[in-house]
Amino acid sequence: MLDSVLVANRGEIARRVIRTARRTGVKAVAVYSDADADLPYVREADQAVHIGPSPNPQPARSYLDAAAIIDAARQTGVAAVHPGYGFLAENADFARQVIAAGLTWVGPDPGAIEQMGDKIRARNLMERAGVPVSPGSREPVCDVAAAVAEADRIGYPVMVKAAAGGGGIGMGVAAEEAGLRSAFETARSRAERFFGSPEILIERFVERARHVEVQILGLADGRVLALGERDCSVQRRHQKVAEETPSPGVSAGLRERMLAAAVRAGQAVAYRGAGTVECLVDTDAGTFVFLEMNTRLQVEHPVTELVTGVDLVEQQFLIAAGEPPSFDPAALRPSGHALELRIYAEDPVRFLPRPGTITEWAEPAGDGVRVDAGYQAGNTVTPFYDPLLAKLCVHGADRKQALDRARDAVAAFRIAGPKTNLPFHADLLASPEFSTGDYDTSLVSKLRPA
Amino acid sequence: MAEVRAEMVANVWKVVVAEGDHVDDGDTLVILESMKMEIPVLAEGAGVVTKMHVAEGDVIQEGDLIASIG
Repeated sequence: MLDSVLVANRGEIARRVIRTARRTGVKAVAVYSDADADLPYVREADQAVHIGPSPNPQPARSYLDAAAIIDAARQTGVAAVHPGYGFLAENADFARQVIAAGLTWVGPDPGAIEQMGDKIRARNLMERAGVPVSPGSREPVCDVAAAVAEADRIGYPVMVKAAAGGGGIGMGVAAEEAGLRSAFETARSRAERFFGSPEILIERFVERARHVEVQILGLADGRVLALGERDCSVQRRHQKVAEETPSPGVSAGLRERMLAAAVRAGQAVAYRGAGTVECLVDTDAGTFVFLEMNTRLQVEHPVTELVTGVDLVEQQFLIAAGEPPSFDPAALRPSGHALELRIYAEDPVRFLPRPGTITEWAEPAGDGVRVDAGYQAGNTVTPFYDPLLAKLCVHGADRKQALDRARDAVAAFRIAGPKTNLPFHADLLASPEFSTGDYDTSLVSKLRPA
Repeated sequence: MAEVRAEMVANVWKVVVAEGDHVDDGDTLVILESMKMEIPVLAEGAGVVTKMHVAEGDVIQEGDLIASIG
């Protein structure tokens, strides 16, 4: 097992990784910017290194500063680096720098990150590996004229997105040419600004789809396991708000086909560690297409942990050290139902950012309730990072019990200071669509018409 | 005279208009960035920008003055 790890991240995910490190006897080192000095993860680590100089706590000067992070690792003498999600987690150059510094990278081979990071290459690779993909670009779309021609070939409606992108940034749907022209310009300017590459991908937009992903684990011996799916169809601005497993929209037969395809996807890039194969499911037709693969721990990994009893961060540590997993893959039997509700610092109607100082923070507790939080009372939520405050996760013997526990937990969660989307979650859990499980990615816009 | 104020804590990403510019209702004055989201701040009426109170890179608080439009 690794003896020490630096967590190159912040907030709830840094705290989550540190928790497993401490439980398994791995020394945990945190890094932090000026803005985050008071957050719980900094205090809970065995050691913490300040990497974001005053006066500017913007990410480029701290959690995106590869040299500062590697210096912190050297200075503290750690054996490994865990990137969390976001920031440098899917940056192949950073992974290479970590490895070149003689440290263990807790993640897949940089080559696999690179192959999957370019969404166009990834689509082409998946198609060759026998994983279904939707009609779409096989090469980057470089200008508006090419976009129009490509959309005509593919057929409207289409989704326009950055080939190097993620997090829903710059993504847009177009139903006809005028909409496509505007979506293309938006996507390209966001792609250049946020991802440093103007390459655009166009693919057929699947209406009435569910967003369902499969958790995979590439073991040190080369086997690739699929640990079940997560339904992530509750989204605003193409970003996830709530997730659950198992998916209420996936039949046993479809699940079997999706899990098998996810294993093939992992095998195609000789995947090691925890990864996620995202798909769109057409529930009416009972079919699915590959969307993208995330080559890191996913935000919503706790729902898989709750139903399988497997600590995914522990498996990441073991795999990085070349060791077998802590569980017997043949005996894996997911049980019950789990939900995750993302608690964001945003207004619960228009979903606009509402940072601020937290004056009250009281987490719910009880059977089946797990809260992965990045903050506590007295902390200031700044505008510099994403709005995720905490993940409220619940586990029940079945979906009904999980929903009941989630409703109670939402009502009991008290946060004052920044506005939060807790009232939205209460509405979501009360809605007939979510209660019955009969929903798709359009659910949030139905609950909150513009 | 209309005063345009910040609705939230944010970083000023882009200043779109300059003092002396004529703006119409709905024109973008500045683009704020908060929590990885770009938020355009729009003029709520026509007029001339008499004063810009922010510059790119500023961190502004809820209620801070962004622009005066006369």
